[in-house]
Amino acid sequence: MLISRRKFLGSLGAAIGATTTGTLTKAYGAANKHFKGYPGSSGVLHDTTLCIGCRKCEQACNKVNDLPQPEKPFEDLGVLDKKRRTQADEFTVVNQFGTQEKVFVKKQCNHCLEPACASACFVKAFTKTPEGPVVYDASLCVGCRYCMVACPFDIPAYEYDKALAPRVTKCTMCAPRLEEGKLPGCVKACPREALIFGKRDTLLKIAKSRIQNFPDRYIDHVYGEHEMGGTSWLYLSGKPFETIGMREDLGTTSAPELTSGPLSAVPIIVGLWPVLLTGVYAISKRKDKIAKEEKEDALKAAELQANEDMNQKLEELREKITKEKTAAINFEVKKALEEVSKEAEAAKEKEAETQDIEESEEKGKQEE
Amino acid sequence: MDLDNQIPENKKFTVFNVVTGIILAGGLVLTVLRFTMGLGTVTNLDNTNPWGIWIGFDLLCGVALAAGGYVTSASCYIFGLKRFHLAVRPAILTAFLGYALVVLALHYDVGRPWRLPYPVFYSQGTSSLLFEVGLCVFLYLTVLLIEYSPAAMEWLGFKKLRNWVVKLTLLLTIFGVILSTLHQSSLGALFMIVPSKLHPLWYSSYLPVYFFISSMFAGMSMVIFEGSLAHRYLKYKMDETHLKESSGVAFGFAKAASLVMMGYFFIKIIGLSIGNNWHYLFTSWGLWFLLELIGFVLFPAILYAVGSREKNLVLVRLAAIWTVLGIMLNRLNISVVAFNWHLPSAQRYYPSFMEIATSVFIVTLGIVVYKFIVTRMPILHEHPDYKAH
Repeated sequence: MLISRRKFLGSLGAAIGATTTGTLTKAYGAANKHFKGYPGSSGVLHDTTLCIGCRKCEQACNKVNDLPQPEKPFEDLGVLDKKRRTQADEFTVVNQFGTQEKVFVKKQCNHCLEPACASACFVKAFTKTPEGPVVYDASLCVGCRYCMVACPFDIPAYEYDKALAPRVTKCTMCAPRLEEGKLPGCVKACPREALIFGKRDTLLKIAKSRIQNFPDRYIDHVYGEHEMGGTSWLYLSGKPFETIGMREDLGTTSAPELTSGPLSAVPIIVGLWPVLLTGVYAISKRKDKIAKEEKEDALKAAELQANEDMNQKLEELREKITKEKTAAINFEVKKALEEVSKEAEAAKEKEAETQDIEESEEKGKQEE
Repeated sequence: MDLDNQIPENKKFTVFNVVTGIILAGGLVLTVLRFTMGLGTVTNLDNTNPWGIWIGFDLLCGVALAAGGYVTSASCYIFGLKRFHLAVRPAILTAFLGYALVVLALHYDVGRPWRLPYPVFYSQGTSSLLFEVGLCVFLYLTVLLIEYSPAAMEWLGFKKLRNWVVKLTLLLTIFGVILSTLHQSSLGALFMIVPSKLHPLWYSSYLPVYFFISSMFAGMSMVIFEGSLAHRYLKYKMDETHLKESSGVAFGFAKAASLVMMGYFFIKIIGLSIGNNWHYLFTSWGLWFLLELIGFVLFPAILYAVGSREKNLVLVRLAAIWTVLGIMLNRLNISVVAFNWHLPSAQRYYPSFMEIATSVFIVTLGIVVYKFIVTRMPILHEHPDYKAH
C-alpha cells in the first residue's frame, strides 16, 4: 500500500512537472533573449506632421472592415473636438491636439513586436504573425478581457452590447488585404502620405533620415522603436509625444518580460513544495512519535521508580521490624538473663544461708 | 446522539428565508438580463475599464477569503497541529463553496462562459498568468470537492468509498497547498503586466508574494469569522468537541495571523523602499495606501496579538472582521481603485447597482447552500459512525 501510494505521488508530480515545464519554455525564453521582431516584418510609419485630420483613414477602415455606419458622417470634423479612443466598431480614430497649431494623431493597434494582448491571452486567441500584424481569433476567445487590461495603449475594444457572443475587436493591419497584396485600407486612403506602409526596418531608416534632414521639424525620437519592446507601427512628431496623447512612461520592457518572473517561479514551487511539505509532515510526525515514546518511557520510569520506592519502604519496614524484634528479644533476653542472674543470686544467697545454717549446725554438733 | 438531519421546526417565513428569497429572486432577474442584454446593460464596464467588481470582489476577494481551506488543512495534516482538526471540515466546505461561487461569478463576467474549459482542455495560452490561475483553480476546485466529499458520503452512507477517500487526505492537502500557492500568487501577478496603469504604491514586482502571504491571514481570519457566525446561528449542530475547543482554534489562528500580518507589513515597507515610492505617501493616494496598510493590516495585527495574549475572544473576532475588510480593500484597490488612477474621473469606473446586486446574489447563494449542507451533513460535528480521528 505504502509503495503504491508513493508511486502514485511520484507519477502525479512528474505529470505536473511535465505540463508546467512545457508551459514555461516561452516565458523563460522571453526573460533571456532580446527579441527584435520578426525579420522582414511589415509596419506603418505615421508622420503626424503631415496629418491634416481629414478622417479619410477612418472612413476607409470602416469600409474595408464592414463596420456599421457611425452616427455622424466621416466628413463631420466636429467629431475631432472630443478626444476619442478605439471602440468595438471603430478600429481607428484621429484625435486633435493643440489649439493654435493643431496636431492630428491617428490611433489604432500598434502591433507590438511582443504584444501584451497575446502574452496575456489564456487561450492564445491573439497571434503576432511573422508578417507583422497582430491578429485575433474569435473562435477561441472566452471574453475575459484580460487583453484589454494588459494593453498599454488601451486599444482592444469589446462588444459589450452582445449578450452571448461578444468579440474583442481591434485593427488587424488589414492582414487579409496584405495577403492579397493590397495596402492597409487607411494607408491607401491617406491623401497626404502621413501613413506609409513598408518593412519595419525600412520605415525606421526613413523616419531617422527625416529627423536628420529636418531637425527643426521633428522631435528626435521615433515612437514605437523601443516602446514596450517595440511596435510595428512607428510615429514621428513635431511636438513632445506626451502632449499629443502618447504616453512616454511606458518603458522599453516588453509585456512578456514583465510576467516572466512569476511564471518562472511555477516549476520551482511545483518541484520544491512537495519536498518541503512532506519534510514538514515527517518532522511533525516524528515529533509526535518521539513525544509518545518519551511519554511511554516516562511512564515506565515512573512505574519503576514507584516499585523501587515500594521495595525500599518494605525493606525499611522489614529492617525496622527486625530491629524492633531484636530489641524486643534482646530486652526479653536481658530481662530473662537478669531474672536468671537474680534467681541465681537469690539461690546463692539461699545457699549461703543454708550453708551458714549447716555450718552452724555442724559447729553446734561439734560443740556437742 | 445523531446531530445529522436535525433541523429545527420548519417555519417557512423566517427573516432569513424572506430576505434570501428576495435576493435570490432578484438574482434570477439579473441573470436573465445579463444573458439577454449583455454586459453593457448590467454593468458600468467599458473599453478602458474592462474589469469591475465581478473580478475585483467576486474573483480576487473570493479566492483570497477561501484560503481558509488550505491554511487549516495544512495546519492540521501537514504541520500536525491537531487542535485545528475540528476547523478543517467547515474550512474545506467554505473553501469549496467559495471557489465554486468564484467560477459561477465568472460565468456572468466572461463573454462566452461555455468556453471556460478552453484554456485547460482546448487551447492553452501558457504565457498568460490567467492561464495559471485558470488551471490551478480548476484543479483546486476538484481537490476541494474530493476533500469535502467524505462529509457528503458519511451523510449518504457510502462507507467504503468514504474510507478510501479519507486515505488520500495527506496527498490532497499537499496538492492543495501547491495549487493555492500558485494561483493565490498568480492573481497578484496578473497585474504585473500593467505597470503603466496601476498606481506605483500598489504596483510591485512582489505582487505575487503579497497576494500569497496575505491569503494566509485572509484564510485564518475567515475561519475565525465563520466560526463566530456558526457559534451564533448553528450552535445546535455542534458536538461537544466543537463547543469546547473552537475557541482554541480562534486563539491559535489569531496568534498566527498576527505574526504573518506583521511580516506582511514589513515586506510591504520593503517593497515601498525598493520602488523608492516614499514621495507618493504625501499625496492623497498615499493617505489611502497608509489607511490600507496601517488601518487594515497593522492595526488588526495588534488587535490579534492583544486578543490572543489576553485570551479575549471578542477582540479576536473583531480583529478577524477587520482583517477580512482589509483584504477586500486591498484587492479592490489593486483591481479597481488604483487601477487606471492616471485617468480623469469621468473615465474611471464605478460599479453599477446591478453589478453590486449580482455580487450580493452570489454571496447569498453561497450562504444558503452552506446552511443547507451544514444542517444536514457532519460538518460542525463528527458523524457517530466515524469517530476518533
